[in-house]
Formats: sequence, C-alpha cells, structure tokens
Amino acid sequence: MPDATAPNVFTRAQMGWVSFVEPLAESALTAQHMAALIDAARARSEYFRLLARDPDALEHRTRTDKDIFYNTQAGAPRADRELAAAAVSRFNGCIYCCSVHARFAATYAKREADVDRLLAEGVGADLGERWNAIVAASVALTAIPMTFGPEHVARLRAAGMDDLAISDIIQAASFFNWANRLMLSLGEPSADRPPNGAAR
Amino acid sequence: MDVIDTLVGIVPGSRMDALRDGRKVARTHAQRSYEVLLTPTTPGDFGIAERFAVAAYVAGLHQAPPTAAHYSEALATHGGAALARAVAAAVAQTLAQGPSGAYPPGPLSIEDTPAPVFALSPEVAAALGPKLVAGLAHAHYLVLHPRDAAPSRFPPLKAAGWTDDSIVSLSQLVSFLAFQIRVVAGLGVLAATP
Repeated sequence: MPDATAPNVFTRAQMGWVSFVEPLAESALTAQHMAALIDAARARSEYFRLLARDPDALEHRTRTDKDIFYNTQAGAPRADRELAAAAVSRFNGCIYCCSVHARFAATYAKREADVDRLLAEGVGADLGERWNAIVAASVALTAIPMTFGPEHVARLRAAGMDDLAISDIIQAASFFNWANRLMLSLGEPSADRPPNGAAR
Repeated sequence: MDVIDTLVGIVPGSRMDALRDGRKVARTHAQRSYEVLLTPTTPGDFGIAERFAVAAYVAGLHQAPPTAAHYSEALATHGGAALARAVAAAVAQTLAQGPSGAYPPGPLSIEDTPAPVFALSPEVAAALGPKLVAGLAHAHYLVLHPRDAAPSRFPPLKAAGWTDDSIVSLSQLVSFLAFQIRVVAGLGVLAATP
C-alpha cells in the first residue's frame, strides 16, 4: 500500500524514491558494480544500487537510455524526446518518472504551462499540433494492444519531423515503457525523502 | 543485424539501417540488453528456460506478432515444446488491455481503472510450476497495470523461490521487453510508411 507521504498528483516538483526491495549497500559495491553504474555519483542512489543487483542489465540499460535521450546529433530536439517520456509516464501512471521528465521538457522547451496542462489533464490535453502529435504517437505505442500506425507517422511528418526524429520519438516512448515499469514496481516516490538523483 | 533488425526486417544499406545507425550506441546496447537478460553467461537462479518463458509470456500479452513468434520459438528451443504450450495457454487465459490500475488515493483516483485478474487453469499452473506461476503473475501486473505497485507483491515471489537478485533481473527482463516490443512495432510502421 502507498505510504502516507507518497505523492498522489502529477507534478514538476522534485521527489525522493524509496525501494521495496533491499538495494545493495554502498560498501558492498564492487568494481563491476561501479562500472555498471557508469556515473559514480549514482552509488548514492537507492534506485541504482538496487538495479546494481543485475549489473550487466543495468549497464546496457543505461547506455541505451543515454544515447536515445542525450545524443543530439540530428533527429528530434531534446524537448520533444522528454515530452514523449513525460507523456508515456503520465499514461502509464508513473508519478516519479513524470515529474523528472516534465521538468526536462518544460526546461528545454520553455513551455511550463503546456507541460503543466499535460500533467493536470492527461494525455488528451491540447498542447498545440506538434506536441499533440508526439503525445498521440507515444500513447499509441504504450497502449496494449498497441495502436501505433501509419497515421501517427504521417502526423509527425506533417508537424515537420524527419525519419530520424520520428525514430527518436519511437525510441524515447519505448524506453519509458522500460523505465516506468522499473520505477513503479521496485519502489515508490516519497515526498519526505530528498530527491535521490535517480533521473530514470 | 540484431534481433530488432531481424524482427523489423531491416537489411544492411537500407533507409532503416541508416536510421538505426543514427543512434548506434542505443542499437548496440539494446542488443546487449537482450543478450544479458535472455542468455547471460551466468544465469544464477533465474534459468535460461525461465527467462524465455517470461519473455514469451510478455510478448504474447502485448499481442505483437513478430516479437511474440520470435520468443515462442525461442522458448520451444530453450525450454521445450511442453513449456511453450503452457506459456501460450497462460497468455490466452490472461490477455487484457492496458495500462490500467489505481493511483495512490487522492485527486487522481477518478482516473483509476479496474485491473485485470491473473488466473490460470489448474492444468496450466501445474505445467508451469509455482516459481514460474509467481513470475508470470508479476509480469502480468508489470505489463498491464504497473501503477498497482505495492510492497505486498514481493512476498509471494520470494515464497515461490525468487531471490532479491532474481527479482531485479525478472523486473529488468519484463521492462526491457516492454521497450524492445515497442521499438520493433514502431520501427516496423515507420519502415512500411516510406
């Protein structure tokens, strides 16, 4: 059951995260674990020390993540990729992930009001045609069964996106179906813990 | 060509090959994720046949034909035809739409939707055995109503033989597949929409 301090609304505010399963102790991290964390500062994060129980899976998850979101050579702008992440998180119901990527989307796009509308109203919010197209594509890929079709590709193209940008949206939305499930299932957000730096 | 390329039907030198190469690091590590989660060199207490059973179940629940066929064939190879039949029956008995579930009580409660029930026939449960039944029950909620997370989901897993390490690997496997299945579906549509 959710604890009394678990946030129960979608917000751009920072929050902490508490694991349901025992993370590794910082003192128990070996060189292999540290390599899998990639960024040594993550040793302080409960989330990453929990995922370090399968270091190979953690390492390849993180390298996949970083290229999909941080490789800015052509393709979709960062803001669009973060919007896809926030929309998937809103639709799946991951309050923690949504807070992180709503902040990123708002920061990169400088569109705080539109991001807040997504958080408040959900994935049907009117964010303007380009963002509506990105949200609709992300939701169609997230639904089970999936409903993503040629009409979503056509709409993204009509909004000015080339194929690498569309592939970035597909990969960003798909990746958040990975990230949401780890964050949601292995622990829960907590308002009385300090932000733990677990970006995803 | 990696698993995603194979399932999408991407051939070297094609437009889609060039697109995937535009995110070469993600391409490499999506495949490495597949390898370390499905066929790790040291599988620990989460065996290779169990991994493919979970994968075939997750792909089946997604109703995504190319990926589901890939994993059911791989399960028959790694786990045998009887286990593959039991997993296919488990998919048929527990198919549902998603995502659904309940939020922490509060303003979002008006968005709560009923979660699908995970119930297997006694024959299928017997064929899978208690450890895989618990693993598939966990996968079912993770795929279809992940917002119904709770600490109370872990004791049944542990009672069925899942350790803390293998619970993390199980969670990574199900969650990775949620990614891979969607990349294959999404790129498949993009490939077919020149």
